Amino acid sequence: MSALDNLRDTFRRDQVFDFMRQGTRAVAPGQLDSGSGKNILYLEDITVSFDGFKALNDLTLYIQTGELRCIIGPNGAGKSTMMDVITGKTRPDSGTCFFGQTLDLTAMSETDIAMAGIGRKFQKPTVFPEHTAFENLELAMNGPRGPWHSLFTRLSGEQTNWIEDTLATVGLLEDRHKVAGLLSHGQKQWLEIGMVLMQKPQLLLVDEPIAGMTRQEVERTGELLKSLAGKHSVVVVEHDMEFIRSIASTVTVLHQGSVLAEGTMEQVQNDPKVIEVYLGE
Amino acid sequence: MRDSTFKSAFSDRTAKTFMGVLLGATLVVTLLNQFFPPDSPLHVSAYTVTLLGKYLCYALLALSLDLVWGYCGILSLGHGAFFALGGYAMGMYLMRQIGDRGVYGNPELPDFMVFLNWSELPWYWQGFDQFWFAALMILLVPGLLAFVFGWLAFRSRVTGVYLSIITQALTYALMLAFFRNELGFGGNNGLTDFKELLGFSLQSDSTRVGLLIATSLSLAMAFVLCRWITGSKLGRVVMAVRDAESRARFVGYRTEHYKLWIFTVSAILAGIAGALYVPQVGIINPGEFSPLNSIELVVWVAVGGRATLYGAVIGAILVNYGKTVFTGVMPEAWLFALGGLFVAVTVFLPQGLVGLVSQRWAALRKQFPPKKTNNDTLTPAEGEAP
Repeated sequence: MSALDNLRDTFRRDQVFDFMRQGTRAVAPGQLDSGSGKNILYLEDITVSFDGFKALNDLTLYIQTGELRCIIGPNGAGKSTMMDVITGKTRPDSGTCFFGQTLDLTAMSETDIAMAGIGRKFQKPTVFPEHTAFENLELAMNGPRGPWHSLFTRLSGEQTNWIEDTLATVGLLEDRHKVAGLLSHGQKQWLEIGMVLMQKPQLLLVDEPIAGMTRQEVERTGELLKSLAGKHSVVVVEHDMEFIRSIASTVTVLHQGSVLAEGTMEQVQNDPKVIEVYLGE
Repeated sequence: MRDSTFKSAFSDRTAKTFMGVLLGATLVVTLLNQFFPPDSPLHVSAYTVTLLGKYLCYALLALSLDLVWGYCGILSLGHGAFFALGGYAMGMYLMRQIGDRGVYGNPELPDFMVFLNWSELPWYWQGFDQFWFAALMILLVPGLLAFVFGWLAFRSRVTGVYLSIITQALTYALMLAFFRNELGFGGNNGLTDFKELLGFSLQSDSTRVGLLIATSLSLAMAFVLCRWITGSKLGRVVMAVRDAESRARFVGYRTEHYKLWIFTVSAILAGIAGALYVPQVGIINPGEFSPLNSIELVVWVAVGGRATLYGAVIGAILVNYGKTVFTGVMPEAWLFALGGLFVAVTVFLPQGLVGLVSQRWAALRKQFPPKKTNNDTLTPAEGEAP
């Protein structure tokens, strides 16, 4: 083991600060502790390779608490692989991935990561087609998941309100009793975002939210994502530059598995490296 | 949007209508059998009473299949196995009740064991002289088999056609096993020649009526139970598993636990149906395990209409009534008729007869919209809505 690894092991993020905050804040194991840092997600030196091809190459990325971050990049830049690493679907070959100060995502299962507060909306909306919008959110609501509990549970007033609030947030309150299979493509995407919200995520990963949407739907989606930032940290992966310009404060450009540029849309667009990647080839 | 409880499932309209029709019909048949002399045109014969009881057993079996197939999308082609196991458990109790009235007059051993020169009762026949024990086994044996089978199948994520095939293999394997004399369940001949149940002679009319009433009550209770299950959040999760299993898994549900739960409950209901069936028909043999029976069962549910519960009951009764009539007129053609029926229903009536009726009803409602009589109860906002 190299000296650097030794040093890293000694100063592991999940252990090293413990003595400094003894008695001030007890964080139960498995609980998110984001209070002491401004960042909620720390990806450091992540490398993932598939048969020698490096999908991610020493990727280092930090997401701040409550920010709305857009990730762009050409095909094969590693956007989806990065999402897979965060949600535990893919394990990195090397590097660290921390959620808050204490949760090592590389050591957690997909379910545990979802429970800890990372919600992911997939590219293709998959809702429960025979259930109403309301029932879709009810099924996604966080809480006990066993069959016996489901048999005896009854929806409390509080839970009903919560579901209706979420329906209002994603703009489906009027269609709450409509069967999800009959919703438009855009509405299904919003319903899916609502389902992710019902799991009370701290961090929301949104994969290509506007694919196949009409212009009005794109606008509403932009409004929705902006309104979610602040309460949640939101990471959006998207191709559409115009859409990103309309919502993003910070943009990260990925290229060949690592960060090429980061900053506001203006800065990124004028960055010669970015121009070369997007236009030069 | 209210979750059902066992109590509310009792009082919902569908369950009330169902119970009203079922128990009303049972009452009428009972009265016509008991209070009209055999030569009266209004008399219902004991044969008819037993036939109706048989139909209701099939209806209960169909209900159990609808629970797993209609609501959870598990097409079990071996549900007859659970029915037959429940039947065998009841048959074993009835065999022990024969006592020394058998052909060989052995107070301890059933006739077929004497015939095989067995000297003592096998261990797995112990306890079946007690009704409570037999009743427990009627629930436990099918339930346990379904639990173990389901646990292995669902944990390995066996679904769709593959699951159907292994359920079929399960019932076929059980049939072959029960055919063997060495297994100790009467082999080819099965269990028969029953005398009495709980001290009531199985040959008397009043016992037959009693069995019909018991079957009818069991079906009513099972219907309410299924309404409760399907109306609860558990029911919605199960339907979500049917429609988008991987999504349900991703939302955090252990879908295999839900499938196992519903499969086991369904198997127990099928076992109860089998147990009620055996004293009414007077015999249980390995033929009940035959794959054909399980496939016929699927046809009943498909004809009636899936995922409505009452559709399965209606389908079972109608198809079996058709079978009774048809096999009387031209027995060779019945299997062709059954096959043709299945194809026709699959192609033309994917929702079954119940779906057809509700479709026609909706079309009629559209053509002749009902007059609004409760306008004054609407709030202005609702009144404006089209």
